[in-house]
Amino acid sequence: MRHFRYLEDAAILRLDTDTCIGCGNCALVCPHRIFVLKEGKAEIIDRGACMECGACATNCPVGAIYVNPDDGCGCAAYIINSWIAKVRGKVPSGCGC
Amino acid sequence: MPRVATTLSLKDHLGTVGARTGLARNDYRVTPGLYCVGSPGADSPVLVSANYKLTFDALRQELADIDAWLLIIDSRGVNVWCAAGKGTFSCEEIAFQVRRCRLEELVSHRRLILPQLAANGVAAHRLKELCGFSGRFGPIFARDLPEYLLQGKASEEMRTVTFTLGERAVLVPLEICLVWKKLAFALPLFLLLSGIGPEPFALHGTLSRFAVLLAATLVALVAGAVLVPLLLPWVPCRRFWIKGLLVGAALCLPLLLALPELAMTEQVALVLWVGAGSSFMAMNFTGSTPYTSLSGVSQELRGGLIFQLSATFAAAVLWPLAAFLS
Ligand code: SF4
Ligand code: SF4
Repeated sequence: MRHFRYLEDAAILRLDTDTCIGCGNCALVCPHRIFVLKEGKAEIIDRGACMECGACATNCPVGAIYVNPDDGCGCAAYIINSWIAKVRGKVPSGCGC
Repeated sequence: MPRVATTLSLKDHLGTVGARTGLARNDYRVTPGLYCVGSPGADSPVLVSANYKLTFDALRQELADIDAWLLIIDSRGVNVWCAAGKGTFSCEEIAFQVRRCRLEELVSHRRLILPQLAANGVAAHRLKELCGFSGRFGPIFARDLPEYLLQGKASEEMRTVTFTLGERAVLVPLEICLVWKKLAFALPLFLLLSGIGPEPFALHGTLSRFAVLLAATLVALVAGAVLVPLLLPWVPCRRFWIKGLLVGAALCLPLLLALPELAMTEQVALVLWVGAGSSFMAMNFTGSTPYTSLSGVSQELRGGLIFQLSATFAAAVLWPLAAFLS
C-alpha cells in the first residue's frame, strides 16, 4: 500500500500503552501494518496510513485502543446521508453500498 | 454435506457479471451452512467465510487439491470486510453457525480459520467462550490460503491490503451503474436547461444543446468514475475531489476541441459542469478504496461539496444564459 496515502493527520487512533498487555493482536490484524510490538508493548509506527477500520480496537482484549467509532463504509454518500439525516433528526439510512 | 466444485461454471461467470454491475447485486447469496472441498476428515481445517457469491467463488477456486470444511455464515450476501464493518459478520453469527452445523461432532480439533478482513467485526478472543472453538486470522486473500495452510502462518505481505489496477478495475462497472440511475433523473433537467432561450424549446436548438450537455456529462463520468479509479496512484493530490477535478479538467480539452462552434459562455459552463461532476464521482469512490479513513473523507467532503455545488449552480445559470447572448 505504499503507493496509496490519504490525508495524514485525519485518522482518529489512540493507544493507551499503560493498559496494553502486549498480546500482539493489533499488530496481527491491521491491514495496513500500523502496529509493531516493542519490548512487550504495542507501538504505532505509521498513524497516517490508518483507515479507521477498527480491527485493532475490536481485537484488543483489554480495550487499550480507541478508533473513530463512527461506522459506515467511509464513502462520501454515507456521510452526506448522515448529515442530511442529522438535519432532519432521523437515523442515517446508509449509503446503499 | 454439499461438496463444492473448485472451478467455476458458465453460470457462475454470468452471475459474476450480474453481481459486479449491480444489475442484480442482492440476489447473489449462498445458503449459509457447512460445505466442503476435497474429502475432509476430523482433523481438516475449518475455513470461515461470508455468503456473498463472489467471496464464495474466490474461496472455492483457490482450494483445488485441498481438503477443508467451509463454514459459510449469513453475512446477508455481503463481502467479508463490509459485513464485518456493518456488524453482520460477527462472533455471534459464527458461533451460531458452529452450533447449528454441529461442528464439534465433525472435527476433533477446536480451531476456526477466519479471514483477516473480518477482524473489524470479529473479536477472535471472544469466540472460544461463545462456541468452544478458537478463532485464528488467516490471510486477507483466499489466494494465499494454500500457502497459509502449509506454513501455519501468514507473511506480512499476506496481511497487507493491496489495491492493484485489477482490483480497481473490477469496481468500475458498479461505479458507472450507480451513476446511471442518477443520470436518469437529471435528463429532464438537461432538456429544460437546453430549451430555455430567445426561442424557447425550438426543436433543433434544444436537441443539439441537450446532446452537448449529455456528451459533457459522459465525459465527466469517464473522468470521475473510470479514469480516477484506474489512474488513482498517478493522479496528483490526495483529496479525491481534487483528483476528480484535475482529470475532468484535462478531459475538457478534447471535448471543447470536438465542439468548435460553442460560444465562450457555453465553454465555461461545460468546463464547470464536467469539473463538478467528475469531482463528485471521484469523491464517491472513497467508499470503495481500502485506505481512506472516514475522518479523512469527512474532512475533504466539505471543500469538495462547496466546489461541486457552486460550480454546478454556476453552470446551470451560464448554460441557458449563453443561449440569449449568442
Ligand atoms: S483502525 Fe484499522 S487501519 Fe487503523 S490501525 Fe486499527 S487495524 Fe490498522
Ligand atoms: S491488542 Fe491491545 S493489548 Fe494486545 S498488543 Fe495491541 S494494544 Fe496491546
